[in-house]
Amino acid sequence: MTGSVAIPAVAVASDAERRELPVWRLLLRRPTFVVGGLLLLFWIVCALFGSAIAPHDPLAQQLLATNQAPSSAHWFGTDQLGRDVLSRVVVGAQTILIIAPLATAVGAVLGTALGLVLGYRGGVVDLVAGRIVEAVLALPAILVIFLFVVALGVSTITQILTIGFIFTPLIARTVRSAVQVESQLDYLPAARLVGDRSARIMFVEILPNVLPTVLVEFTVRLGYAIFAVATLAFLGFGVQLSTPNWGTDINANYVLLSAGYWWETLFPALAIASLIIAINLVADAIEQVLAG
Amino acid sequence: MTATEETAIPGPSAEPQATARVTHLDVTHRVRGQDRLALRDVSFEIGRNESYGLVGESGSGKSTVALALTRYLPRNGRVSGGSIRIAGRDPLALNAADLRELRAHSVSMVYQEPGKALNPSIRVGRQVAEVYEIAGLSRADALDHAEEMLRKVQISDPGLVMQRYPHELSGGMAQRAVIAMALAAEPALLILDEPTTALDATVEAEVLELITGLRAELDTSLLFISHNLAVIAKMCDRVGVLYAGELIEEGPAREVFEQPRHPYTMGLLRCIPRQGQRKDHGRLDAIPGFLPPPGQEITGCIFAPRCPIAEQRCREAAPPAIDTGPARISRCYLHEAVPDLPRNTPVDVQLSAPPKDAEPVIAVRNLAKTFTSGGQAVPALTGVNLDIERGETLGIVGESGSGKTTLARLLLGLITPDAGSAIELDGQQLSPDLRRRSQAQLKALQIVFQNPDSALNRRHTVRRLISRPLAKLAGLSGSALTERLTDLVRSVRMEPRHLPLRPRQLSGGLKQRVAIARAFGGGPRIVVCDEPTSALDVSVQAAILNLLADLQAKEQVTYLFISHDLGLVRYLSDRIVVLYLGRVLELGPAERVFGGPHHPYTEALLSAVPSLDGQRTERIRLTGEIPSPANPPSGCVFHTRCPRRLPTGICESTEPPLAEVEPGHLMSCHIPIDQLATLQGNERMS
Repeated sequence: MTGSVAIPAVAVASDAERRELPVWRLLLRRPTFVVGGLLLLFWIVCALFGSAIAPHDPLAQQLLATNQAPSSAHWFGTDQLGRDVLSRVVVGAQTILIIAPLATAVGAVLGTALGLVLGYRGGVVDLVAGRIVEAVLALPAILVIFLFVVALGVSTITQILTIGFIFTPLIARTVRSAVQVESQLDYLPAARLVGDRSARIMFVEILPNVLPTVLVEFTVRLGYAIFAVATLAFLGFGVQLSTPNWGTDINANYVLLSAGYWWETLFPALAIASLIIAINLVADAIEQVLAG
Repeated sequence: MTATEETAIPGPSAEPQATARVTHLDVTHRVRGQDRLALRDVSFEIGRNESYGLVGESGSGKSTVALALTRYLPRNGRVSGGSIRIAGRDPLALNAADLRELRAHSVSMVYQEPGKALNPSIRVGRQVAEVYEIAGLSRADALDHAEEMLRKVQISDPGLVMQRYPHELSGGMAQRAVIAMALAAEPALLILDEPTTALDATVEAEVLELITGLRAELDTSLLFISHNLAVIAKMCDRVGVLYAGELIEEGPAREVFEQPRHPYTMGLLRCIPRQGQRKDHGRLDAIPGFLPPPGQEITGCIFAPRCPIAEQRCREAAPPAIDTGPARISRCYLHEAVPDLPRNTPVDVQLSAPPKDAEPVIAVRNLAKTFTSGGQAVPALTGVNLDIERGETLGIVGESGSGKTTLARLLLGLITPDAGSAIELDGQQLSPDLRRRSQAQLKALQIVFQNPDSALNRRHTVRRLISRPLAKLAGLSGSALTERLTDLVRSVRMEPRHLPLRPRQLSGGLKQRVAIARAFGGGPRIVVCDEPTSALDVSVQAAILNLLADLQAKEQVTYLFISHDLGLVRYLSDRIVVLYLGRVLELGPAERVFGGPHHPYTEALLSAVPSLDGQRTERIRLTGEIPSPANPPSGCVFHTRCPRRLPTGICESTEPPLAEVEPGHLMSCHIPIDQLATLQGNERMS
């Protein structure tokens, strides 16, 4: 009796489904993303295949050709040990592009988990943890990182964890407010009515909806992480690897600026700047696409 | 040059000058590099002192008309054809200074949300006075004028209200302040864009009455925009019906609604339950299909794909505006066939009467909930007793803040009641804590929320959303789950091809169908429908209501139907409970509660609803605001607003018990029922 009803399904289901462009297509329409992305891609290629691309061995010293100005043989000149600056810049991308993303990832994972719990639980937990987060935020991040690295010793792991831990409250704060917005929506009571527990609601229901926020936060923090890693190296607490390091190179050569050997400092500095700018451009584009 | 123009126009002319004239207006939005026509060939005129209504569903272009008139189109929008004249001037041709002048003096606008139209950080008095200051008055004079204007919009203590900030005003009060601001400039044209949609029916009635009163007093033309046909019918002299950016019918309001000459207008009118129509009388007639997506190229009549009488020529060439009578226009070749438009939905429906069980499915005893706000106890629900039977629909009505949603959420276990409350399912005590309810108890109670955008996780696919209760509550898996999923999807009239889509790819109606399918997935006994159609358009609403009625007949579920739309509640409900300030004032069979004699509050609610049927009932009016639940009035909580309050003083001192006044009909009122019958019956006669 009620089987043959009302509106034929066909009529209801006419072309209501809206077509939408995938996020990556929208990103590619943004010049900021394309420029930032290409720049970032360049540095990633350098990090992965640096030694193959570099025209010279970045470690090879030529004591007879120290402090050479840029020329056709050495595009970026040579440093005080006669090493090719271009090759050092190209290969130097590796250290920074290993430490910074891993550190940011640590911060993003911990921060997201913390933010989810604080935003969903609310109440006393949120209040207490919120104050602690604010206290951490009040400290100058770079100094705290510096202190930790000095205290715990310079190693890749220490750097990754320290920067990650410092980022955790920052990311948690952003995620928490995104979760609070989600908490107003009715799909949460709907999940509770099916009998879902808090953990599932947080990580299966809410998490996918705050991932865009996490992604934006990740890219923004990645810029800071690169800055932090470079600063540590500049201050002489860079990871002592056999590979070159932009911050360390600037540290080693900036005293020679007054002698007119600008290329030894400028090119690593430009490398740091261009990488941070690239990441910020990408972050901006992602933020705009996800917001609109 | 503008000076001569200004002096030339307002002078008395031979012909009556239209306040606003829109001629062949096209508006184009540029979206992602592509032009989309939002309005096509819209022409209408608003005469001096006339009230013109624009009615249409969301996406029809109603607001675009208003924005084009005031030249407030968004950056990507432009007028791509036609012309506009307001008070003799063309807003599209004005320079910045003249445009500012036009907006300051000739045209004002009132929006849907009064809270958003007022600056939250400026006192109300200053905001209204500002309009006068712009007109050149001194600050002190401006404040005096503002006070006078606020009095005109029936704000009883304007001096006090002027000192307040917008957030300290109720919705109705804030909308009055906005109207005062809009009228302060004595505009030639006042545009009202859904001015009462965000308000309660009782407040809406007051605001509409205010506007009617002011019209008589001031020399202002109105452009009244609304999706609500009854409001337009009540407020407007003439009406234009917009569909997908085209004005498809126009004429005197009453004629258009009584004898529509376009299949779309007819369809809209048939979607609304009227004259006490009920679910067992027959189905609502839904309009199949959807609005065409914006910017779609259409040859022929835009309504043809959804029209039950479309012919070949309708699909080949767009019909022109055809004269169908004095001052009436319809864009339909077949306008003469419209009165006999065939139904889209078969009427025939045999709803089996719900089996009468001795035991109620759910019983509520002394249910109460007190929230704390700023250290103060705010009772949201007080001592509610209810028995809800199997297969019945219990309608819950009341103004906002009456406790409708609190009651529903308490039953569902989403919030915990105060100590001493009891909820029983099949005679078994239900734990107030959801996590302590058994699988069977969880299964029994489900909900369809008001807004599917909020209720459906937007990252999950339709398949995942509907499968969840099947797996978790019904315990299905594998092929059994797939089979049940397909069944369920079909029973809400969707198709398997919708399964991989995400909510944002679906229209509002389809989203609500997904939500309904999810609620029915676990095989519930009781489904709470919390304003399930208020976020939907009229044509979609009818289909959803039909679906709910069908599912109920098939699955024998009990509905708790919450709605502010009394017409819908009446259509769907078997019994009604009327809530006010968290208390039950009346409870009884729908026919009795709506037909009367009823509680004075029910009477007031009913008379606040504008009717499409032209029967102008003498309203009893509710005055004043809903009292704060933190500080409920003594005696009968309704006495502060009750138009039938007894002179003896008993209403102020003693709370009347909820007593059975006739079999199955409970009421909480000191006035004996036969006296109510006389009072109310007399008025119905006149």
